[in-house]
Amino acid sequence: MSQQRPLLIPSQRTPGKEELPYTPVLLKSISENSKTFSRMDSNSNSQFENENSPLPDFIRNTSSQRSTSSIQSIYSKASSGHSPLPEFIRSTSSQRSTSSIQSIHSKASSGHSVREVSFELGSKPSVRHGSMGADSERFGSSYKEINDQDARLVYPNDPEKTNEKFEFARNSIRTGKYSILTFLPRNLFEQFHRVAYIYFLAIAILNQVPQLAVFGREASILPLAFVLLVTAVKDAYEDYRRHRSDNIENNRLGWVLVNDQFQQKKWKDIRVGEIIKVSANETLPCDMVLLSTSDTTGVAYIQTTNLDGESNLKTRYAKQETQMKNPEKEKITGLIKCEKPNRNIYGFQANMEIDGKRVSLGPSNIILRGCELKNTNWALGIAVYAGRETKAMLNNSGAPSKRSRLETKMNREIIYLSIFLVVLCTIISVCHGVWLRRHKEDLVLMQFYRKKDYSEPDVEDYNYYGWGMEVFFVFLMSVIVFQIMIPISLYISMELVRVGQAYFMIRDNRMFDEATNSRFQCRALNINEDLGQIKYVFSDKTGTLTENKMEFQCASIGGVDYSGGKAMDEDEQTGYSTRVDGQVFKPKMRVKVDPELLSLSKQKHTDEGRHVHDFFVALATCNTIVPLAVETSDPDLKLIDYQGESPDEQSLVYAAAAYGYMLIERTSGHIVIDIQGERQRFNVLGLHEFDSDRKRMSVILGCSDDTFKVFVKGADTTMFNVIDRSLNSNIVKATEDHLHSYSSNGLRTLVVGKRDLSASEFEQWQSSYEKASTAVMGRAALLRKVAYNIENSLSILGASAIEDKLQQGVPEAIESLRNAGIKVWVLTGDKQETAISIGYSSKLLTSKMTQIVVNNNSKESCKKGLEDALVMCKKLTNDSDTTRGNSGARTTEIALVIDGTSLVHILDTELEEKLFEVASKCTVVLCCRVAPLQKAGIVALMKKRANEMTLAIGDGANDVSMIQMADVGIGISGQEGRQAVMASDFAMGQFRFLVPLLLVHGHWNYQRMSYMILYNFYRNALLVLVLFWYALFTGFTLTTAITDWSSVLYSVIYTSLPTIVVGILDKDLSRTTLLRYPQLYGTGQRQESYNGKLFWVMIMDTLWQSVAAFFAPLLAYWESDIDGSSIGDLWIIAVVILVNLHLAMDIIRWYWITHAAVWGSIVATFICVMVIDALPFLPGYWAFFHVADTKLFWACLLGITIAALVPRFVVKIFIQYFRPDDIQISREAENVKNSRESRDAEIEMNPIFNPPRR
Amino acid sequence: MVTIRADEISNIIRERIEQYNREVKIVNTGDEASQTISKKSKKPQYSRFTQQELPACKPILTPGLVITTLISIGIIFVPIGLGSLSASEHVVEIVDRYDDACIPSNGDDEAAKRERLSFIQNAKTNKTCIRNLVVPKKMKHPIHVYYQLDNFYQNHRRYVKSRSDRQYRSPGSEGDTKTCAPESEVDDHRPIVPCGLIAWSLFNDTYGISTKDNPIPINKKDIAWQSDKNSKFGSNVYPKNFQKQDPVGGGKLNESLPLSEQEDLLVWMRTAALPNFRKLYGRIETDLEADEKITVVIQNNYNTYSFDSKKQLVLSTTTWIGGKNDFLGKAYISVGGTCLFLAIAFILTYVIKPRPLGDPAYLSWNLNSATR
Repeated sequence: MSQQRPLLIPSQRTPGKEELPYTPVLLKSISENSKTFSRMDSNSNSQFENENSPLPDFIRNTSSQRSTSSIQSIYSKASSGHSPLPEFIRSTSSQRSTSSIQSIHSKASSGHSVREVSFELGSKPSVRHGSMGADSERFGSSYKEINDQDARLVYPNDPEKTNEKFEFARNSIRTGKYSILTFLPRNLFEQFHRVAYIYFLAIAILNQVPQLAVFGREASILPLAFVLLVTAVKDAYEDYRRHRSDNIENNRLGWVLVNDQFQQKKWKDIRVGEIIKVSANETLPCDMVLLSTSDTTGVAYIQTTNLDGESNLKTRYAKQETQMKNPEKEKITGLIKCEKPNRNIYGFQANMEIDGKRVSLGPSNIILRGCELKNTNWALGIAVYAGRETKAMLNNSGAPSKRSRLETKMNREIIYLSIFLVVLCTIISVCHGVWLRRHKEDLVLMQFYRKKDYSEPDVEDYNYYGWGMEVFFVFLMSVIVFQIMIPISLYISMELVRVGQAYFMIRDNRMFDEATNSRFQCRALNINEDLGQIKYVFSDKTGTLTENKMEFQCASIGGVDYSGGKAMDEDEQTGYSTRVDGQVFKPKMRVKVDPELLSLSKQKHTDEGRHVHDFFVALATCNTIVPLAVETSDPDLKLIDYQGESPDEQSLVYAAAAYGYMLIERTSGHIVIDIQGERQRFNVLGLHEFDSDRKRMSVILGCSDDTFKVFVKGADTTMFNVIDRSLNSNIVKATEDHLHSYSSNGLRTLVVGKRDLSASEFEQWQSSYEKASTAVMGRAALLRKVAYNIENSLSILGASAIEDKLQQGVPEAIESLRNAGIKVWVLTGDKQETAISIGYSSKLLTSKMTQIVVNNNSKESCKKGLEDALVMCKKLTNDSDTTRGNSGARTTEIALVIDGTSLVHILDTELEEKLFEVASKCTVVLCCRVAPLQKAGIVALMKKRANEMTLAIGDGANDVSMIQMADVGIGISGQEGRQAVMASDFAMGQFRFLVPLLLVHGHWNYQRMSYMILYNFYRNALLVLVLFWYALFTGFTLTTAITDWSSVLYSVIYTSLPTIVVGILDKDLSRTTLLRYPQLYGTGQRQESYNGKLFWVMIMDTLWQSVAAFFAPLLAYWESDIDGSSIGDLWIIAVVILVNLHLAMDIIRWYWITHAAVWGSIVATFICVMVIDALPFLPGYWAFFHVADTKLFWACLLGITIAALVPRFVVKIFIQYFRPDDIQISREAENVKNSRESRDAEIEMNPIFNPPRR
Repeated sequence: MVTIRADEISNIIRERIEQYNREVKIVNTGDEASQTISKKSKKPQYSRFTQQELPACKPILTPGLVITTLISIGIIFVPIGLGSLSASEHVVEIVDRYDDACIPSNGDDEAAKRERLSFIQNAKTNKTCIRNLVVPKKMKHPIHVYYQLDNFYQNHRRYVKSRSDRQYRSPGSEGDTKTCAPESEVDDHRPIVPCGLIAWSLFNDTYGISTKDNPIPINKKDIAWQSDKNSKFGSNVYPKNFQKQDPVGGGKLNESLPLSEQEDLLVWMRTAALPNFRKLYGRIETDLEADEKITVVIQNNYNTYSFDSKKQLVLSTTTWIGGKNDFLGKAYISVGGTCLFLAIAFILTYVIKPRPLGDPAYLSWNLNSATR
């Protein structure tokens, strides 16, 4: 079995598990314990009756619970279920407040995304993402002793001494970025991280030089000031909200030990070193080392929803040394030496010296700010990190910033435009130079160059700096005049448009997941349009394609296959339940049971029965599941809810419960299992947690009969290495057969084994275990070694098979994506057979495909395998080439199946190239048994070589690296926590939402954005060209007929709104059409809406339009008494009308908003021009009213508009008519269909997923 | 043993349990349980706006629409073009270049140039010049009298900027001459009103027109914009220190008249858009008959000889299209004609090679499979 996916804990948490939470108990005490408990077991029923105190009693005195028996503590856990309402209110409110902080933060950071350096391919992900550091299996710091310099010393209950030497951060938090004083400088500083703003500023500064002043000073500063102001106001408002929520957070109250008494203190006053008491359902104010809890064994359960989004309970442990102490009565003295604050929420390393003993502390001993205490009445802790140094605050980073491909492509055109700008400026300045030279003689007579008194021979220069300088100045001045050639407003418009697009994506009902109540999330705002150009989708399997809701399906026990569960009628099944003290306990989830196995599980004395017994005991004990009793409406009935971090384990425990092996209670020291109505207690003496090296976990149990047993469960690959085949080879063989058949049915399998330990073996293990777990250096490695020693020569118990159901709509979604020309790759940690079977059920693989399997374990064989595959690919494609001509058969589709071991030899070697060649010929690629980093490696390979857009989608922590590597990363907010979501650019609830996301929103976003960029280039170039032409008629001195204010307002008021509205709202095709013809997605992949050709066509069009707009009035007013201001008004109005009508010609869907924006802009322009011309202190006073009074003006306007737009119109209609693209055809089809439908009044629902066959 | 205060709590619990049961699937997985129950659904509110389903008009360019558009452009443009051409035809224009004729020496060499300059710059020389013109066609009043300057860059940046609109408006801002340099103040730092190069270079040739019998009065009232007179130039701002200092650029002003009354100045201050421009000198309020001989007495004061400029006198009638200009008419006719031609071309292609709208057979993937 090859569960690459960790069974217990996602691998990123492994470093956190290096220290085991269980404090070894001395052998003597164990045997004592087990004796007492065996006695208890024998008459358990009566004893329970006696000891059981009813619940209400319990509610009354929760705080005095410390001394109640461990049996009671199960009720105490259950008690949280008793008062559900307050808990719920509290939890939501706290969640809300925190989430609002986070969302603000992410918004803020995305707002400045331009300045953020985009995430480079090769750079280490861990640098950027705190939690990623935990991804590496061996987390360096856990091995080394904490140096004194690197350590933080905390004296428990002595904040003065603790803070004496180093002033540690107080607990007040400040997510606000600015204070009133620092707002202006800091905000400006941050805003000027944008290159565009610096360009703006440079131009504005240039304009302040008297010799260069082209625009009025105000006019040149205004746009920049406006943009800065808007952003500043937005930032200020966001910061105000942050401050407000900070304030609320800081003023919350917590119980702090002061002078040996717990007093209420505001959160912000809590200091490092203080002892804090937290009650159930309260949020933790800071990061604390657990001292003691209400549970006698020192267990505390916490919910980390606010931290990492995982809502299952996690167990944290107080050390035995401190658990017994009551700080109110006896002073705790000691020293905690812990690492410097860092953002790794799954790692913590510290030592505690207490009572002269040195105890090591690990991640399971610390509880973090933002988490909530659950199922534990109270917990005491020492604050070690406070305020901004808490891990929660350190992790409060925004969404990753990526740059969209369109924007990258756009940069090339920006460079062209810059060259164009320089060319224009050069022309002007050279011409000016020539003009000056030719009029050299006359210059003396020109008052504006020389001040000459004709009566005197002396010549005085007036602002004349010599020929060279004049040319240079003219060059700079022309840069100022033509500055908007580089469309700075485009960057702002693009951001606004992206926000709008994101709004629509988030609000899309079709991407709302009812099951998890989660909307679509846009975490990165920069790459919306990339969604329209995806060529490769890399998908995780579990939790992405499948639901990750595990269902126990069948088992092979002792070589016998029990898989009749499905046959049972569900109604007849009551499910297993047990009665205790008149209370019925029932597992919350029902599992279909195999009747034969059920009856076997009840007989204890046959051989088979014993096997079955051991098997289920293994399932019930060998896990980290925490049982919780949940109240129901029936006061006598309680549901047992199994909380755990691995869905596989949950399903196994539920299965065990269904067969009568119900896990009732778990503390750190023991487990109570109800076996067919009889409670049995097992002492958990040690637990070797899952790690991805061993791929198995084991538990060492002390049974009631003083025997010691090791139960191991894990992936088949590693399990068969440690199973002693000689013991019962038949069973091993039969189990292997069953495993094979299970996995080819797409089931996830686990093998269970056990071994009885002799007393000496046990003692030997215990001493080494103890040594290892208290070791300060290399604890994890030592523990692993101990685990290796104990996990061997096991006897096989059986194997379990769990079904991982496909998510709704996955096969259809995959087919749609494939029809859209997107290659879907599945990268999974599952084994080959499972992966292939899921491939078939998800329609990823079809029977028509030829499968090529590369499954080798050496470099040479890999090479050979790939070469063979390549030959085969070529042969197949050649075959289809030859057959295509006559039969029209479609190309043979090839599927490549490759496994992780082969990939080890391929990735990062020269074989990559071969793999790429093979893979690019295949329609489908399945990678199985891949490690998280290999996933990223594959994505990187395709991204690098294919130069195509890649998308990675996954739900688990193991997908994080892949998600960050791909151009677009999508996280599924599913069962495996929020790691993937945190790292992703977009997050959604289900895999099938990928179809509307890419085919509909992606397509729209791409079309809109690419049109908008081209249009913005055109828009600004048109005005610049008109200004340029005029400069040729002014002695190359850059006089502008168009007033400064108009040229400033041009991109702010006159033309900005329509392009934004169109960028957000226009749709080329309806959703239905896009979904019906997924092939339409190809326009984005082929970059049909934005490419060099379109750019140059656009430039040509712009040239013509500018010529028409400029020269028509020029010639019409040639040798007339027209003044500069009037003709300037004509030009600006003509340009604005042209620009808006040009847009109107390309708008596909006219909403009232579009109408308002387009016509409104033209009207606004007229109004602005009138207002400007009504200002008496401007030279152009009243010019517009004079010129608009003449018919010539209107005749010019009409002529310009038509003459300028006719070429574009004609080219457009001829292209649409003779060389229609797919979008055009589909648009027409939509319209034709609509008119037909309205005629026939016939409403027909279109089947969405019914694309025509190629 | 204490009994629960059941009625209070159990109601709440019952509600909650019902929710639990409903959500049992989710609860089973141990995830999101409390959230789902505690939070109301986050499902986005349906609205046509958020779902991008607003009612929309989505016109497509059907052949009918295209042809109609092109033909209607043609139908509108050609008549307008013809109309403006004929209007331009009707304009009667007399243009007389007099700068060469009204100066003694006309040589091209340096000496001649110097001679010209000394003639024009000498205030004492007699600059009167008489031109005889023939009216080609009957000219109906009002006949506009323009002077036209060619190659005179009134739109030169330094020239255009050299003015102070504030100063012209109110006497209080008389010192507001910063922008007027180098013609801002006289040597003893008294401001020049009106300041700036534009005012300084005021055109000062004068024309007197007469037929052989009697003089024709040139009405110089209302040649400037009313708006300029009313608001832009103050009625209480009087010229001061104007043209008091060498070099003298052009015309002088009557210091007893406020700026708003100095219409020639106001006309001149409306800087021309192009290097060749006309400016209104006055109007003749009588008709001139065809072949009538008129005599123009020109005071050739203005110096255009120091740079390659031309001075012309223009007498012109106007129509709705302004002065004589064929461009607009020709442009309209050619645009209209082109559109008609394109319409015909499009009709032809539509007849020869029709393509049904929205035919899925033209979709690229269908085309590909068809050709294969």
